[in-house]
Formats: sequence, C-alpha cells, structure tokens
Amino acid sequence: MNAYSSTAAGANTQAKTDAAVPGEDAQAVNRSTLRLPNDRWKALEIAFWLLPVASYFFFPDYLVLISQIMIIGLFAMSLDLILGYAGIVSLGHAAFFGLGAYTAGLLSVHGWGEPISGLFAAAIVAGIFGFIVSFLVIRGQDLARLMVTLGIGLMLFEAANKAAFITGGVDGLSGMVMSPLFGAFEFDLYGKTAFWYSFAVLFILFVVMRRVVNSPFGLSLRGIREGGRRMPAIGANVDRRLVAVFTLGAAVAGIAGALLAQTTQFVGLDVLGFPRSAELLIMLVLGGTGRLYGALVGAAVFMIAQDKISGFDPTYWQFYIGLLLVLIVLFARGGILGGLEKIVATFKRKEAP
Amino acid sequence: MIGNFIGVLFDGVAYGALLFLISVGLSVTMGMMNFINLAHGAFAMVGGYVCVTLLSKLGLPFLATLPLAFVAAAVVGLVLERTLYRQLYKATHLDQVLFSIGLTFMAVAGATFLFGPTQQPVHLPDWLRGQVHVLGLDLGAYRLFLIGVVVLITFGLYLLIERTRFGAQIRASVDNQTAAEGLGINVSRVFSLTFALGSGLAGLGGGLGIDVLGLDPSFPIKYMVYFLLVVAVGGAGSIKGPLIAAIILGVFDVAGKYYVPEVGAFVIYTLMVVLLILFPFGLVRRKA
Repeated sequence: MNAYSSTAAGANTQAKTDAAVPGEDAQAVNRSTLRLPNDRWKALEIAFWLLPVASYFFFPDYLVLISQIMIIGLFAMSLDLILGYAGIVSLGHAAFFGLGAYTAGLLSVHGWGEPISGLFAAAIVAGIFGFIVSFLVIRGQDLARLMVTLGIGLMLFEAANKAAFITGGVDGLSGMVMSPLFGAFEFDLYGKTAFWYSFAVLFILFVVMRRVVNSPFGLSLRGIREGGRRMPAIGANVDRRLVAVFTLGAAVAGIAGALLAQTTQFVGLDVLGFPRSAELLIMLVLGGTGRLYGALVGAAVFMIAQDKISGFDPTYWQFYIGLLLVLIVLFARGGILGGLEKIVATFKRKEAP
Repeated sequence: MIGNFIGVLFDGVAYGALLFLISVGLSVTMGMMNFINLAHGAFAMVGGYVCVTLLSKLGLPFLATLPLAFVAAAVVGLVLERTLYRQLYKATHLDQVLFSIGLTFMAVAGATFLFGPTQQPVHLPDWLRGQVHVLGLDLGAYRLFLIGVVVLITFGLYLLIERTRFGAQIRASVDNQTAAEGLGINVSRVFSLTFALGSGLAGLGGGLGIDVLGLDPSFPIKYMVYFLLVVAVGGAGSIKGPLIAAIILGVFDVAGKYYVPEVGAFVIYTLMVVLLILFPFGLVRRKA
C-alpha cells in the first residue's frame, strides 16, 4: 500500500528481528514484548543536538530565527508522527498548532501568564480536539482523510476569523503578558530566554517522541503504514493505535503553537491557515519523513532559505517552493536525510566487499 | 419571502452548476487513475486568464473566448499529463498531493508574475447583464446562461460517455484497468484524452466563472477545497455523484452566505464534514 521506499528498508530490518520471536518458547516471547528495542543515542545524534547550543554562541543576532526554527521543527515532528510513522496524510495539521497558540494566548491575555502551565493547557486542549477529530480521520481512505483534515483546518480558521470578539480576528490576538519563566527568567527583547525555553521544550519532547517511535507501539505504527490491512491479522488494533498517535501528534502540535505564541507574545490568524499546513508538509518532506530528525532538518533548511530568499521577492519564493516540491517528488523521495542515507549506504557497500 | 427563497435557490443551482463543470474532469480522472490532483483549479485558472486576455487584448466577443479557454486548458492538461502526471500514477497519495501542491504554487506564482496580483475584470456583453423576468421572478441573465451552458455540456458528456465508443472505453478503464487493457483498450491514451477533456472543461468553467467566482492568482488555492469537496462528497469516478454533490454544495453555500452571513463559509465546511462522515466513500459509490 504505502511503500515509503527509503524508510521501509529500515522498518523491515527491525521487523525481521522481531519476526524471529514467534518460533521461540512462550517465555522468550514474554521477555521480548517487555524489552524495549535498542535505542542507544548515537554520536551523530549528540552532535546534532549540540548544534543549536553552539549556534547560541556563534549567531547571537539570529536567536529569534533559531527559536522559530526549533518551534516549527517541533511542529513538523508532530506531523511526522502522524504522517511519517502512521501514514495518515493530513492537510490540516495547523488546526492543532493554532488551537494551542490561541489557548496559550488567551490564557495570557486574561491574566494567566505562567508559561509552563500554559503549555500544558495548550497540549490538553489540542489533544482533546485531536482525539475527537481522530475518529473522523480514521474512518475513510486517503482522499477522505485529506478532505476531513483540510475541512477541519478551514473550519477552525473560519471560526477564529468570525469570533473576532475572542480571538481578535484578522488583527490577531495582542496584549499577551508573559510572567517570567520559573518566576526568575524574564522573556527579554533579544530572545535569550525564549531560545533556551524553546530548546528545552523541543529536546524534552524529542526524547519522549524518540522513545515512542522506537517502542513496540512505534513499530506497530510503521506496520500500519506499510500495510494497514494485514496488521489486524497479528492482533494489532489498528484504529486504537491511530487514535492514540493522532491525539499525541495533535497535543505536540498544540505545544508548538503555544511556544510560538508565548515567545512572540502575539497570535495571528495565520497560525490556523492552510498555507501553514502546506508549508509544514513541505518542510517534513524536504527533510525526510519517518525519522524525526528529518522534520528538524527540513524546518531549519526551509526557514533559513525563506529568511534569505523571500527577502527579495515573495512571489519568486512561492514559485521555487513549488518547483522544489515537484523535484523532490520526482527525483528525491526521502528528502535530505533520505538522500544522505543513500550516499552513506553506497560508501558502505564499496568498503564492505 | 418565497420569491427570495427561489432566488437563492436559483443562484445556488447556478453556482453548483459551475462547480460541477469545473470538477467533473477531476472526478473522472481521480476515479480512473486514483490520482489525488490538488492542482485541478490551476487548469480552471488557465481558462479564466485566457478568456480575460482575449477579451481585453484582442477584443474577441465573450462567446468566442470560451471555446479557446477550453482548448488552451486542454492542451496544458495534455502536455502536463504526458510529461509529469504520468510518472506518478503508481506513487503514493502523499507524493501525488505534494506534487500537485507544488504545481499549484508554481501556477499561483506564475499568474502573479504574468498578470499581477489583482482581481481581473470581465466585461460581459449587454445581453448577459441585468435581470430577466421569468414567471414573475427576476433572475440574473448571466446565471440563467450559465445553467443553460452546463445543462448542454452535461447532456453532451452523457452522450459521449454512454453512447460512443470512446465513452465505453472510458467506462471500462474506470471500472477495471487491467481487464480493459486485456481487451485491447489503450488505457494510457484513453486516460490522456480524458485528462485533457477534464482540464478543458475546467478551463471552460474558469472562463465562465470569472463573473461568479472572480479571478486572481490565488484562485486555485481558494477554490481547491470546493472542487475536491465535489469529488469527495460525490464519489470519484462518476458523473452523477459530482453533479448531485455540486448542486447541494452550491445551494447550501449561497443560502448560508445569504441567510447567515455572520458564520460565513462555516456552513459549507460543516456540511462537508457531516457528508463525509455519513458517506465516507461518496454519495454515489462506483460499482467495483
């Protein structure tokens, strides 16, 4: 069904090691279901996470941009859970992002400026909404899913637009007052607090998501992506898993939205717009789906390019983005990380014999 | 009150007819190749801009521009199908969605570059302006014309698909590609022609719709959801389904905007989600 060729290879090898289990005795089966797959951190991963830390010292003038990249990267990772791992194509993921942003924004406008509890509130609101929506999403096939997610995204956008007395409508929600983080760190003009705050939230949630996708649950999601009809045969409840991952993805997207609202102290109507959902999809595909890091790399490349290029002309920017998408789909499935993996694999093959 | 209601109903039907004209090609191509094409609105936009350019630059009469809009969009569709779309029929739906979003973005940027970001004006001939009295009701002359054109085209499509050899080939290819190929039908050629026909109809709809839908570079994105909606609600691969769906959506959209303007487009999205929950495979389900 959904042969995401480049990532399928990785999933298959893992599936093979697990497939050896049924032949062994019952005790071994028990032990193997309790044991979590190996997910030791590689040196490359640690180096990757040192990059933002280093950039704090090397690019002090770009702290705001880097914070935004991290926030949007988190948002893209939440889509990767749903799309890259579970294979649900969503065109309305901004709905949850916007919901989180408005939750945090409205709390702060009405006097609750404590950031961490704002994040939790956003996660809960977006998560509950995602839970409800997930039942609509899992019903149909790809086209129906696409339409439902698109429709719900547009509905929320329209709702926020019309409910200007709550959301500020097209003018956006302003007048957010954030309390200092932990009561000690004021959100400053240079974005230093915002930087470390975003980094910490991103990293913590990354560790959680990494754990999730490397767990048996994450493996079963890949199984659903590769062949949803066969999964019930091995006793997996497909619908329940999809509901769970969709809810989780929605909650994380809500947190990302809340982070953006809190660090910029403004919520514009565009947080809910279709372009945001579409751009998110582009970032994820650009970086490579189904590997979490792809979302972060894609968000970074996309946003840096946008910062550099759209300066001269927004129209050309949109044209190049379109062209890039067509080229990725035609020639470079798997995105940047998929391409790198292929290059590494070719080198390894040359060394091996 | 009653006259008012009939007026809204009439406008809704005219709007729905236009939606049907633009979307019917999408429905057939989606049903045939299972290709999710979000760029369909771009073909309608091509038709619209061809119309506007011919009207203002060459001064052709409005009626003469419409067939040219059809031809231009059909040629663009044929070329793109032969060169690009073709390669993605076997790809995943995600790839198709991304590819067609990419095409849409390029079309939007291209239209902005060529024609500027503003709304294009259209000058209708005098006989299509104003109101016509029918049975004591004031009906917009242009909307009456629109409904007439769509009725004619629908009838023509019906004849083409039900009564001609090519129509039989289309139906066979939609129903079962492999068997159709086995019977010696050149499915790939049938598909190219169908795609061109669908794009052409979209282009015609784009030209006809300038007065109703407006025309600016954001057209393909603004109406994308409507076209997809017609297909998703109506059921891909048929003609009857999209027709019913388009009329329902048109009437509800116009009625919603007329009676409850404060909720705006909310009516149509709610209707869409409800319809998709009730009929996850579309109103008219294609026989497998």
